[in-house]
Amino acid sequence: MTTIDAGHAPHGSDVFYLTQDHPHPEGSSTLLGFWLYLMSDCLIFAVLFAIYGVLGASYAAGPAPKDLFDLPLVALNTAMLLISSLTFGFAMLEMMKENVQRTLLWLGVTALFGLAFLAIELYEFAHLIHLGATPQRSAFLSSFFTLVGTHGLHVTFGIVWLVTLMVQLRRHGLIEANKRRLTCLSMFWHFLDVIWIGVFTFVYLLGVLR
Amino acid sequence: MSAKPASPATPHGTGGHGHHASSGHEHPASSGHKHGTLRDYLIGFGLSVVLTAIPFWLVMSGVLANNQLTAFVIMAFAMVQIVVHVVYFLHMTSASDEGWGLMALIFTLVIIVIALAGSLWVMHHLNTNTMPFHEMQQVP
Repeated sequence: MTTIDAGHAPHGSDVFYLTQDHPHPEGSSTLLGFWLYLMSDCLIFAVLFAIYGVLGASYAAGPAPKDLFDLPLVALNTAMLLISSLTFGFAMLEMMKENVQRTLLWLGVTALFGLAFLAIELYEFAHLIHLGATPQRSAFLSSFFTLVGTHGLHVTFGIVWLVTLMVQLRRHGLIEANKRRLTCLSMFWHFLDVIWIGVFTFVYLLGVLR
Repeated sequence: MSAKPASPATPHGTGGHGHHASSGHEHPASSGHKHGTLRDYLIGFGLSVVLTAIPFWLVMSGVLANNQLTAFVIMAFAMVQIVVHVVYFLHMTSASDEGWGLMALIFTLVIIVIALAGSLWVMHHLNTNTMPFHEMQQVP
């Protein structure tokens, strides 16, 4: 956007351009860039949802969702992720009030709920594998483990990122760069909660209905 | 790409891109990102709890005898909840990032609809029209 091409002007050869861009403060475009990354991540999940939609009914004479899924456990899992979204919101509010200790406290609470979510999911996976419902059993189970596992992997890396930022906050406090990083992570975390809405609706609830 | 609306020296206003964004809602935050308030988070959380609990209750209790109707209702609840999360937790409105964030979101949604609907449509027809089991069992 720095050059203005006037190639079709009457004189033909006049080309105007600005020699200097207006100044951008450091990190001013980070949040939009991170949002674009999240949108591309969204496309990964869209493809995995499409695969599950196509293969989700191919049981290969194996177990169906009705035999496998434990809805109260999924509801508990959903609650963990939803509450962690709220506590991350509280951390962001404390960050805006420049309160390092309370930001750290709420981030810690968020990490605990995230870990609880992961623990419940790993328990569920272990239970399924114990029943013989492994990813190799049927196309339905392959696509199920791929979709839900990819989401779980995202949550895992989100927790790693969260702990890293807690260390950064302890070392450097609420400097501009740390605030920017926290805002990016909050977008990532809420985004994972949005994906989970799709997972519990299309995989678990619709699966049990089928 | 022009600068964020938060930097006051920027010659571009939020209204310059066709979005009727009232700049009065913009927090003069460090990064120019629109942050939520406590009220935003609590409203979003309250709505999410309701929008999550009702679909689970519908499926677990089987109140609606018709499975197809139940499926339709819980999908509608999921759509509404996604919008609630995007607005109250991700703070994505037409005002943020001069509308570029919303533009990217709409573009992504179009791609998602094409990918999902296209895959399901094509694969459904492949499944129903090229199912060889019946004929194959006749072959000695």
